[in-house]
Amino acid sequence: MTVTAQPAGGRPEGALRRLAGLLHRRPRLRLTLLLAAPLLWLTVLYLGSLAALFVSAFWTTDSFTSQVVRVWSADNFHELFTTPVYRQVALRSVGVALAVTALCVVIAFPLAFYTARIAPPRRRPFLVVGILTPLWASYLVKVYAWRLILSQGGLADWLLRPLGLSGPGFGLTAAVLTLTYLWLPYMVLPVHTALERLPAALLDASADLGAGAWRTFRSVVVPLVLPSVAAGSVFTFSLSLGDYITVQIVGGKTQLIGNLVYSDIELNLPMAAALGTVPVVVIVLYLLAVRRTGALSSL
Amino acid sequence: MEGSAVRLQGLRKTFGETTAVDGVDLDVRDGEFFSMLGPSGSGKTTVLRLIAGFETPTEGRVALAGRDVTERAPFVRDVHTVFQDYALFPHMTVEQNVAYGLAVRKVPKAERLVRARKALAEVDLEGFGRRRPDRLSGGQRQRVALARALVGRPRVLLLDEPLGALDLKLREQMQVELKALQREVGITFVLVTHDQEEALTMSDRIAVFRQGRIEQVGTPAEIYERPATAFVASFVGTSNLLQGDAARRILGTPETHSVRPEKIRVLKESATADEPETATATGTVAEVVYAGGSTRFLVDLDAGGRLTALQQNLDTSAEDVAAYRGSRVRLAWRRRHAVPIPDAR
Repeated sequence: MTVTAQPAGGRPEGALRRLAGLLHRRPRLRLTLLLAAPLLWLTVLYLGSLAALFVSAFWTTDSFTSQVVRVWSADNFHELFTTPVYRQVALRSVGVALAVTALCVVIAFPLAFYTARIAPPRRRPFLVVGILTPLWASYLVKVYAWRLILSQGGLADWLLRPLGLSGPGFGLTAAVLTLTYLWLPYMVLPVHTALERLPAALLDASADLGAGAWRTFRSVVVPLVLPSVAAGSVFTFSLSLGDYITVQIVGGKTQLIGNLVYSDIELNLPMAAALGTVPVVVIVLYLLAVRRTGALSSL
Repeated sequence: MEGSAVRLQGLRKTFGETTAVDGVDLDVRDGEFFSMLGPSGSGKTTVLRLIAGFETPTEGRVALAGRDVTERAPFVRDVHTVFQDYALFPHMTVEQNVAYGLAVRKVPKAERLVRARKALAEVDLEGFGRRRPDRLSGGQRQRVALARALVGRPRVLLLDEPLGALDLKLREQMQVELKALQREVGITFVLVTHDQEEALTMSDRIAVFRQGRIEQVGTPAEIYERPATAFVASFVGTSNLLQGDAARRILGTPETHSVRPEKIRVLKESATADEPETATATGTVAEVVYAGGSTRFLVDLDAGGRLTALQQNLDTSAEDVAAYRGSRVRLAWRRRHAVPIPDAR
């Protein structure tokens, strides 16, 4: 065994330890190393591509060759605001996102109330895992499963036949239902957490002061869980707004913003970019609205 | 029955395998300050929750003001609760918290506000109405909880260890204020506590709980001076029991007796008690504990067993009492202060 040089402290000092010592003495260097990679990713790739999107929305295409012409013009945005079809599709997309969010809230609340407060505590983790399991399955598999359910003579038709009804078929309703199914776990999870954290004494106190179940729900449970609902809605809303594959598979002829972007991307890239800024703006507005509920601080 | 605010009959409550309340019969009189005292797990809080209606009894009946409410929901019972951790609604202001019960009962808004402000004034919290509960100190939150429960003028106010989270000074102050408030509003108070001093200072009557049963019900003086069981004697105040051989040799009877520490005088061994109704016992001081205003003497008796004697530090100081350690003394007390414990095992 060789004897290595020992510093005054009495401990062997390798390169790693020297580095650790350096980082210990230089907190700013530590911070720089820690954040360099994510910051690079965030500014160059993430914000950079957003900027590129926005810039290219101001270009045009040659109508013969479909080549992008790099000449500044606001024509695309002008067209966006004046063409009725674009306005309809934009409004329909926001409507779908809102409907999906609303449906998710309505379904998630009782579900989360059961998993968080009624189910025996030992069973709760399994129920939560059960709710999250669909997230591990492939997106396309799930959407095609819904295509089967909603197809003519499919499960939906078969279930509704005894009531003298038929399934919704492929179309806007089918798209909303499928998207609701896809994003539901993103709503259940935060609501479950909020309900689980709700102190039982608050519910007792409300009942004690004369409030029935409905009043307690309205005045105590909802206000305290609302920030988490808003947090969940950020996911359901933005995921729905950006989706175009589900609509293609179960939406029939329905078109959402995503479909227009998709069909324009080959022929008219600048127009696709202009369309693409719409959901970005909507989501920023949505986030600003949600921020007022205090939901973002609970994320 | 008239004059009875709360009446419990044959009350039993089990949670799965465990029996929390095991046959409780109790009458709380109208306008009384009643305490349920016991160690944790003795069933006192469960009894409170049964009165409030948060739990339904496995067996037995609960009657409020002569009406059977056993099957009724909490929100139809004329009972309000001050919760252990106050349970203030964090998303409401202090004023909204206090006015909540009134709003639920559809009291007009203007009246609601007036009554909430008045209730806050009653607990010395004028001007705090606009604040959120998280901007208040523990003592202030406790007062808000009190105002919220009192504003609806319930027939019975239930208090679940309301002072438990406060520091000693504040607790002592609130004990006095709570008692004064109860006298002022004339509402029946039912207090749950594990603090014997709290129960003794505030209550008109006390029920001592042990393992889901009531050991004794009585006024503070009865509970303290005439404990019915060895458990009551030891839980309320310091346990000072003379048992078996020691009891026979000192008191002339094998029956177990309890003597409160402050009734015992510490004399020199050579001293003789002149008064005929005095019992004496000699022993060695095993330990002295100086506590500022008073000193506790732990004395090993020659007859067997150990007694604690509490002496006010009238003329003695810390140095004087320290000298007592290991010395021979004679303990003396009036015979009537040795109280027989009927059920001692």
